[in-house]
Amino acid sequence: MTRAPQAEEQPLVRISQVWKKRGANIVLRGVDLDVHRGKVVCLLGPSGAGKSTLLRCINAIELPDRGTIHVDGQAVGVRETPGGNIRLRERAVSRQRAAIGMVFQGFNLFPHMSVLDNIIDAPVRVRGESRAAATVRAQELLERVGLAAKARAYPRHLSGGQQQRIAIARALAMQPKLMLFDEPTSALDPHLTDEVLDVMKGLALGGMTMIVVTHEIGFARQVADTVAIMTDGVIIECGPGREVLSVPRDPRTRKFLAKSLAEAA
Amino acid sequence: MSLHLARKRTGWPDAALGAAEVMDPPRTWRWVGVAVVAVGLAWILYQLLTNPGFQWDIVFRYMLDPTVLRGVAMTIQLTVLVMVIGIAVGIVVALMRMSGDPLLIACAHAFVWFFRGTPVLVQLVFWYNLGALFPDIGLGIPFGGPKFLEIPATVAISSFTAAMLGLGLNEGAYMAEIIRAGLLSVDHGQTEASKALGHSPAQTFRVIVLPQAMKAIVPPTGNQLIGMLKYTSIASVVALHELMHSVETIYSRTYETMPLLIVAALWYLIMVSILSLLQSLIERHYMRGWRADAHASAQP
Repeated sequence: MTRAPQAEEQPLVRISQVWKKRGANIVLRGVDLDVHRGKVVCLLGPSGAGKSTLLRCINAIELPDRGTIHVDGQAVGVRETPGGNIRLRERAVSRQRAAIGMVFQGFNLFPHMSVLDNIIDAPVRVRGESRAAATVRAQELLERVGLAAKARAYPRHLSGGQQQRIAIARALAMQPKLMLFDEPTSALDPHLTDEVLDVMKGLALGGMTMIVVTHEIGFARQVADTVAIMTDGVIIECGPGREVLSVPRDPRTRKFLAKSLAEAA
Repeated sequence: MSLHLARKRTGWPDAALGAAEVMDPPRTWRWVGVAVVAVGLAWILYQLLTNPGFQWDIVFRYMLDPTVLRGVAMTIQLTVLVMVIGIAVGIVVALMRMSGDPLLIACAHAFVWFFRGTPVLVQLVFWYNLGALFPDIGLGIPFGGPKFLEIPATVAISSFTAAMLGLGLNEGAYMAEIIRAGLLSVDHGQTEASKALGHSPAQTFRVIVLPQAMKAIVPPTGNQLIGMLKYTSIASVVALHELMHSVETIYSRTYETMPLLIVAALWYLIMVSILSLLQSLIERHYMRGWRADAHASAQP
């Protein structure tokens, strides 16, 4: 880790003892993880390890069965009581989600809206910004992701890499304090992944707090402050990227990294 | 054919002209088809013009007859109201079925089961004769509690309200299934992306899911609407003066059956043609983003 966090600083995201079942299958087995402001955490691990499920719990797209996730000191999706966590109503949860950006593997742009409308809809409708102000900001964001000319295009007419960059711009338009990336390059052709990863690197340099589920070990090595390795619903190893990826202690991490590098070669 | 080839040949560089051109095969049988259709059309036209049974003078006399026009107005009014009720009920029932709440799902199932499972004719006559079951319709506490408002059923249920309720609730059951199918056709990732942006459940439904579902909802709804326009003629059993009933009352008096049936058929054709046109306009609206020319059409 480059900068030691101050001892008193409260983490932006605190995941404590999160358990989740899907059917009879326990997909998360007591996950703990802290993410501090301005840091980039990469979640790595074999498929089926529960990385995406954990990420989706952070903005309450799914709720854990046990355990609590705090974002900015606030429990997400639930109200804490001495007897346990009580689910909040959807309307209240949607207010919490507005401050957390999420980028999906399948882009999930709205196909019936132009690129510009995709970006400004939530700022106008949810944050109550004026259309004019939102449009100005959208143009800035489009420039930032290198797609200034595409404001009036429809998603269907863009490449996968372009769609994913628009999706990032859409999430950023809500001025989130946290960005979640769920395998943002897994659905892309190899030659298109770099344009998306470059945008994400730029965001990380700009000080955005990011949690990234990814298979791009190179990206993790280069950008992540912390790398967490998940298998079978638990984080087995967590630490500075250089250490975890270069001198892994857990044999399962070693096995996973060897397999990933073999696939990449 | 030669014009077609000439157009294809132009615009190519000289180097391309040496390469074998890909052409449609000759369509010899098409000319036979054209001939058969032409003979058929000629026969129909000949009959229309020369067969005295059509009695065109009477047809044209009754086309704008006040009784017929009132029937047309009533048919339109009933169709619109029935479809509004049907779509509103359909949306509510479809959302209930997809809510995940066991009680709401059971209620929605029961509604669709009952109103789809009994003939419309029975429902119409049932509503019309509601007074036999409940002589007074009121608002109050059930099981003998106080009543706040009470009116006799014969006053509350006219032939129009009977037709509107019978057809509307039945249509609601069918529309619920059409709307549910449309909502299911929208990828779940759209809902997730909308939620992740902080949209409330109502915004997610109204702004993201429903407009995309409309692509799958509009064509079968247009079909239902056109079907309903003609199906309102069943309301003649409760003595409602829609188009078909108006025409019947005239020809039962004058015995000019054929020409008056033609009057009704022409009016139905006119109304259906207008509705089909509207449907294609609405479909085009909801195809935004899917058309090949979407980019061009988005330019200001």
